[in-house]
Amino acid sequence: WDTIMIGKQWYQRRVRGRIFLDMGFTEMPTNRYVENGFWNFDALFQPQQHPARDAHDTFFISDPQMTAKSNLPADYVERVKLTHEKGGHGSMGYNYDWKIEEAQKNILRTHTTAVSAKMLYQLGQQKEFTPTKLFSIDRVFRNETLDATHLAEFHQIEGVVADRNLTLGHLIGVLSAFFKKLGLEKLKFKPAYNPYTEPSMEIFSYHPGLKKWVEIGNSGMFRPEMLLPMGIPSDVNVIAWGLSLERPTMIKYGINNIRELIGPKVNLNMVQENPICRLDKV
Amino acid sequence: MPTITVTRDVLYEKLGRSYTNEEFEDECFDFGIELDDVVEENSVTKFKIDIPANRYDLLCVEGLARSLNVFRQRCGVPKFIVKEATERIVIDESVSCVRPYCVAAILRNIKFTEEVYNSFILLQDKLHQNIGRERSLVSIGTHDLDTIQGPFKYQALPPQDIRFHPLNQSSVMSAPEMFELFRQTYLKPYLQILDGCPVYPLITDANGVVLSLPPIINGEHSKITLNTQNVLIEVTAKDREKCKIVLDTICTMFSEHCADKYTCEAVEIVAMSTGNKSTTPKMAYRTENCSAKQMCMKSGITDLSPGNVADLLTRMHLPSKADGDMVSVEVGPTRHDILHQCDIEEDIAIAYGFNNIPKQIPNLYTIGTEQEVNKLTDSVREEVARAGFTEVLTFSLCSRDDISNSLRIPKAIDKAVLIANPKTFEFQVVRTLLLPGILKTVSCNRKMPLPLKIFEIGDVVLKNEDEETGCKNYRQVCALYCGKTSGFEVVHGLLDRLMMALNEENYSIQQSSDPMFFSGRGADVIHGNKKIGHMGILHPEVLENFDIVLPCSILEIDLGPLV
Repeated sequence: WDTIMIGKQWYQRRVRGRIFLDMGFTEMPTNRYVENGFWNFDALFQPQQHPARDAHDTFFISDPQMTAKSNLPADYVERVKLTHEKGGHGSMGYNYDWKIEEAQKNILRTHTTAVSAKMLYQLGQQKEFTPTKLFSIDRVFRNETLDATHLAEFHQIEGVVADRNLTLGHLIGVLSAFFKKLGLEKLKFKPAYNPYTEPSMEIFSYHPGLKKWVEIGNSGMFRPEMLLPMGIPSDVNVIAWGLSLERPTMIKYGINNIRELIGPKVNLNMVQENPICRLDKV
Repeated sequence: MPTITVTRDVLYEKLGRSYTNEEFEDECFDFGIELDDVVEENSVTKFKIDIPANRYDLLCVEGLARSLNVFRQRCGVPKFIVKEATERIVIDESVSCVRPYCVAAILRNIKFTEEVYNSFILLQDKLHQNIGRERSLVSIGTHDLDTIQGPFKYQALPPQDIRFHPLNQSSVMSAPEMFELFRQTYLKPYLQILDGCPVYPLITDANGVVLSLPPIINGEHSKITLNTQNVLIEVTAKDREKCKIVLDTICTMFSEHCADKYTCEAVEIVAMSTGNKSTTPKMAYRTENCSAKQMCMKSGITDLSPGNVADLLTRMHLPSKADGDMVSVEVGPTRHDILHQCDIEEDIAIAYGFNNIPKQIPNLYTIGTEQEVNKLTDSVREEVARAGFTEVLTFSLCSRDDISNSLRIPKAIDKAVLIANPKTFEFQVVRTLLLPGILKTVSCNRKMPLPLKIFEIGDVVLKNEDEETGCKNYRQVCALYCGKTSGFEVVHGLLDRLMMALNEENYSIQQSSDPMFFSGRGADVIHGNKKIGHMGILHPEVLENFDIVLPCSILEIDLGPLV
């Protein structure tokens, strides 16, 4: 037994995967680091001039630079273009000129929500809608300034529930159940802004050690402008939430520098001496 | 997320009360903004507040205080009035290739104190930074109307034909001279917006005085001082919707300092090429009629009457009236963030309080499933760990050399996905092998007792034309043995053990001449009829490239065919 060394990170990852499986969620296929602007941004109703699409936040690919137009579903692309430019589905739209070339640009995905978008699009193509619960835990990339708590790549956890007549009350309920399994029961929700969810809520939890409220995740309901062009019925609401894997792990183990958790500089001694973590002990 | 800086005491005076820092933090929390920091600047206490990126009406203390006061029901929502135009800007078609859109407005009889003046500048900065995308999309010019004479002209001229007295400079200069001067200053990024343009846009008055050279700088002649009473605001842009929003924002925020509160004066905009005439600012109002029941349903709120809903919305700066179940909501020029009914629904939920909404669990029976490749990954992880290897987690991005020259396989770069804008050489490519990360880990952990046995399971990316993006992820496992002896038999044994555990018989190894390995000590791992990986003793040059002094054997295989 003392030769079994399991990396802290992977234990945390598997442990969170267990929570989702316990709650009946199906894992999404996220083995796809390179994404195009269309699925990562446009399909999510994130406008093309948005700051997150800047070269200083996103890694662009120089080779292969673009996704071929023929590889994107033409009808759906048209609907997305129209929604951005003119609105429709009860929306004012953004009133700008949407360009297919921006959508074709290949990037390293900035969130796993790109995969959720694809899954929801496929759900919308089904003849009959079936409610679904989806999750993913995988790597994402941000071209930000690096410091003690920020790296260019980290892991994102995402949960999605799609069903008829879901409400904000359901989102709060699901979040409470999810975080309870992580040993976090005292939760507070704060209004926030995401381009693709409305309403959006930041999730805070009270950390008894640090004696303050700490942000543990982000959540919301996907906008109609995103769901309706996908073919999702109008009485279906989709709730979603996300958090990073690294941050709660760092808080839980009192680690100050993220490079102690991921990358070549991780001290292997620490990995080997580490006790197996218990899920529900904060 | 934009952050604004406001003077604490100015804010509290506008709010009609003061708070402790904790009380104010709580107020912010419920409203959806965040008190990020409290700083002392020249012994004045200032708050740094995070504002949601779509709320242009909260980007200055005027707007923030107004919204909080309306939220706390200290005052009603102001109604903005646009007076008839007395001035005109003519747009020449020469701007259409460089910066086509221009809108303007006038604020009459405005009172500037030093606080108000600073706030005026700060708001312009924030709008430039965010919606203006660092002035490239939208830029603002503000001028003392009494120093200039209309009608005004917006045109674009060759740089050498422009003579201009820039703000805070001592003399008139040509545009090229000005660019030379400013290339060493904070204005450098804005100069780049005009790089390569044959003509530069400028605004002039009836006497040929140059008001401004968007997006660079305003002129000294028309600069605003504390004595300025009438302000001309001009906004030039590449995006017609954004310049409207910016102009509306400045007018709605600062017209509260005009003698006629909340009133601004229109400016006529004439397009020379078409003769088309219009006036700006638009300051549009629209009414959305929504069912109270429907709006509350989405939030899970069940105990509000339509009258309650209308009251909550009014508190959120959306004046509303209820008539039976229908609520008519007035969306004005401060709420460009309201695109759809869902935006209105969110405001009801915010005013009601997210934390007051009762929890519900969705009545949805589903059975959980994992991705096959992840199930396999977990099994492989268990097996390799059981064999005494320690797991590591390394970066997916690395340098070009890491996956090619340093491993003695220069051609490997051909299959790699290249990053266009790496900040350092550590982010040049996406890894095509797990090996470089493992080798770097060995190099950083020299003090570990020997033998060192480590492994990683993760994704690498290779170019693949059959995929939508032209790239594909491959799930691979890489194990390494480093010790006083090479340990080839250990990694070979691991391969055999792994294949047995996965119940795979259909594999073999074939000696290869892979330059990564010691001559005669490298092999391909074959599964079915295809190569799925390699193993062997690493060539000493490879070890040297990664700063490792002891022999190493490695095994790396693609798990895809084994799923």
